[in-house]
Amino acid sequence: MNRFLAFVKKEFLHIFRDVRTMMILFIMPIAQILIFGFAITTEIKNASIAILDKSKDEVTRELTQKLLASDYYTVSDYLSSEAEIESSFTKGRNKMVVVYEPQFAQNYEKNGVAKVQLLCDASDPNTARILSQYATGIFASYGEMAQSNGIQAEVRMYYNENLDGFYMSIPGIMAMILMLVSAMMTSISITREKELGSMEVLLISPLKPIQIIFGKVTPYILMAIVNILSILALSYWVFNVPVKGSMALLLFECILFTVLALSLGILISTVAKNQMVAMFMSLFALMLPVILLSGFIFPIDNMPLVLQWLSNIIPPKWFIIIVKTIMLKGGGLAHVWKETLILVAFIVVFVGLSVKKFNVRLQD
Amino acid sequence: MENEQVIIVRDLVKKFGDFTANAGLNFHVDKGEIFGFLGANGAGKTTAMRILCGLSSPTSGLVEVAGYNVKTHAEEVKKRIGYMSQKFSLFEDLTIWENMRFFSTVYGMNKTAFKERGEMLLRKLELFEKRNRLVSTLSLGWKQKLAFTVAILHEPSIVFLDEPTGGVDPITRRQFWEMIYEAADNGITVFVTTHYMDEAEYCNRVTIMVDGRIDALDTPAKLKEKYQVNSMNDVFLALAR
Repeated sequence: MNRFLAFVKKEFLHIFRDVRTMMILFIMPIAQILIFGFAITTEIKNASIAILDKSKDEVTRELTQKLLASDYYTVSDYLSSEAEIESSFTKGRNKMVVVYEPQFAQNYEKNGVAKVQLLCDASDPNTARILSQYATGIFASYGEMAQSNGIQAEVRMYYNENLDGFYMSIPGIMAMILMLVSAMMTSISITREKELGSMEVLLISPLKPIQIIFGKVTPYILMAIVNILSILALSYWVFNVPVKGSMALLLFECILFTVLALSLGILISTVAKNQMVAMFMSLFALMLPVILLSGFIFPIDNMPLVLQWLSNIIPPKWFIIIVKTIMLKGGGLAHVWKETLILVAFIVVFVGLSVKKFNVRLQD
Repeated sequence: MENEQVIIVRDLVKKFGDFTANAGLNFHVDKGEIFGFLGANGAGKTTAMRILCGLSSPTSGLVEVAGYNVKTHAEEVKKRIGYMSQKFSLFEDLTIWENMRFFSTVYGMNKTAFKERGEMLLRKLELFEKRNRLVSTLSLGWKQKLAFTVAILHEPSIVFLDEPTGGVDPITRRQFWEMIYEAADNGITVFVTTHYMDEAEYCNRVTIMVDGRIDALDTPAKLKEKYQVNSMNDVFLALAR
């Protein structure tokens, strides 16, 4: 036990004395949360638009007011002719131009139909789609109020009433950070020991291989827990993302995923010859799939079938499902036991493979 | 007990698939002896040394180190040996004292024994005042001397040195060998591999491995006499060619 503690202490000293490691462990997770939370958001606020009002009556004025009353738009220009539309996109930073037809109010009152045209800058298709949808919604609700006929659809967004993009990315960010901290850092730190030749010295010493591995892993488990707590704290206090389900269960699942990432890191370190290889393997084998295939950014349901199958062997996919269920839907173990078992199965496979590899190496 | 044998190797064979790295080695090392283990690159030295240290197990044959069979009692062997290689000396981002404390705990020394012996050894190296410096601030020569000190900190019965003086200047090599002699005088057996033939002359006995076999094993003086040459360098060339 003393040996093991001495080893863990040595690992902590390695971590605390290396500025880069410290940055990756503590600054990066916080930076990522803040960047994802503030910058990469799918909702739109204060997009600048231009108005081309060919009618200039009270109805068009009221509609424009309604557009502006939402937080989505600010008007940067009032255009006077269609010729100016093109240049308002290219010169200015306008994302959308709203064009009311002539005699808008008259047509509306007489025929019940008036035409408004929404021209969007679709060089950024996502923004264009969202802006046009918001505007259509605002116009539609005006129409409904005025004549209250036809079918009214009332939409409610469950689990994320405001459609905050950040809700969606929290579980993904957690998966990414835990993978990075646990898998990448352990694989690098074990391969560093191999590269320096100190692994040999340690294996010759009375330390058992299992003590070495656990000694390597323990500090990173603690770091990962610190990271989990800081992510949850940030998302709760800064971004108001609630934890609806059991906090204990959420922490348990996070630690389970950390162990999974660590076992993957150990597996990588048994294969990689040096730190560079370990880093590239972690980046390409872990980070890209986490970002692309786990459902973190791109919905899995929209992927081609082959990729959907492939996504099943990406551990973070299951973790993200678990976290979403617990945090946002308030689900309990009864709802996530299947995914939890899958995570456990991954751990068993990774640890089994590592032990096999490790034994083969000791035979030589 | 002048002739107590601390390393006994009988018919040691190690095969990697079809390749035979050690083809039936036979030798023993006496307590307090400085035993030189020579051979060209790829002759099988490292493999044999790894087996002696319990890092790798022999395909067949008997290997006893510090009174224990390495195959069945590797743990007991590991407690009683020290190891130092040219490749790795110490953890660079730890201080001198932290390195020593780490290895002393790993080798199961108690705190008071470590403090006493650690201070004594460091004072001898004149590093005690600098014990809180990071190892990375030391020059290679100092690192190697310190690494040797750490390797004998727990008073092992045998210390294995794998090319300990590689890349070190002649003065430091000289000092290093003085440390080796002192350790041997204190009853620590020294098992050393080297490529420097002048260092081979310092050993009590020398083996020269060629193609996985031991082709010569005797005192440097007798080897020179046998091959009728003036230096160990020529003995080596005569054998390893």
